[in-house]
Amino acid sequence: MTEAQVWEALAEIPDPEIPVISVVDLGVVRDVRVADARVHVEFTPTFLGCPALEVMREAMAARIAGLGAEPDVEVVLDDSWSTDRITPEGREKLRAAGFAPPTPRGAGTTLVQLQSNGFRCPYCGSRETALENIFGPTPCRSLRYCRDCRQPFEQFKTI
Amino acid sequence: MSELLLEIADDELILGWRDSEWTGIAPFLEEDVAFSSIAQNEVGHARALYELAARDLGTTADELAFDREPSEYRCSALVELRLPEWERTIARHMLYEQADAERLEQLKASDDPEVAGLAAKIDREEIYHRLHAEMWHERLKDEPRYREALEELRPLVGERNGHSPELDSLWEEMTSVRRSQPAGTKW
Repeated sequence: MTEAQVWEALAEIPDPEIPVISVVDLGVVRDVRVADARVHVEFTPTFLGCPALEVMREAMAARIAGLGAEPDVEVVLDDSWSTDRITPEGREKLRAAGFAPPTPRGAGTTLVQLQSNGFRCPYCGSRETALENIFGPTPCRSLRYCRDCRQPFEQFKTI
Repeated sequence: MSELLLEIADDELILGWRDSEWTGIAPFLEEDVAFSSIAQNEVGHARALYELAARDLGTTADELAFDREPSEYRCSALVELRLPEWERTIARHMLYEQADAERLEQLKASDDPEVAGLAAKIDREEIYHRLHAEMWHERLKDEPRYREALEELRPLVGERNGHSPELDSLWEEMTSVRRSQPAGTKW
């Protein structure tokens, strides 16, 4: 078995809460190493309180076991995951599903910035959007409202 | 180091529990969502911190979170209180987030790379809690009731000698399901 085969298999696992993107699109798989029949995966959580973490970990382990290898999924609790790790394909899939992708880390996350008009509506593309709530239905999302197409939408938080 | 990790983990667990008390009863729906989400984050931080401490102490995160006696918790008096008044809850939120930011800044400089890494991750999520606290602080800062609450609660921030009876009743509820079955039960 090759590392490429493992990456390919993991790329078929959907995010449990936003199934339009895979765990690989999400950037939570930091490293894959194959040694004989053992596959070591380094997995970095998104938000620490996200209930999808266990589901993702188990899905990856089951997928690797399905390839006939022994899974070893290590959860790395450091700062290496960022929304900047979401792949360009992943960002496009999010936008198409009505989730505004996160702004880059470098763009900043002050209240003034969050309340500014820089965020684009995933439905009509307008930047005339307003922050409704910093918090949303899951830890990774905020709620915004588009003043042009009058559509509320979910904005990925930048972390 | 595991003592400091426990101190922070206990603060985050107990505050998460208190914040979750706003689910369904906040003054408006946005705040129902906000406090529920903040509570979820805080409990997530507690879990990660307990896991790190558990490795040093040869136990598990769940045992640290739920199988200790109330007197063994190291949380601050600030997070123990049941605060069903909105202005007092916001005052606690503001005071806690300020103190937590300072503490995380120190931990990020730790010689232990696991501790520094986890602190950096927690701090990124806490940015949003701080924004929420600051937004409310701006809104309420001239209200006498809010100012009184800040002055009342400020001395409790670093108070870790002994516990209030409110922690005991919280602990009773928090651990009741786990205590209903023999130790070691697989849930």
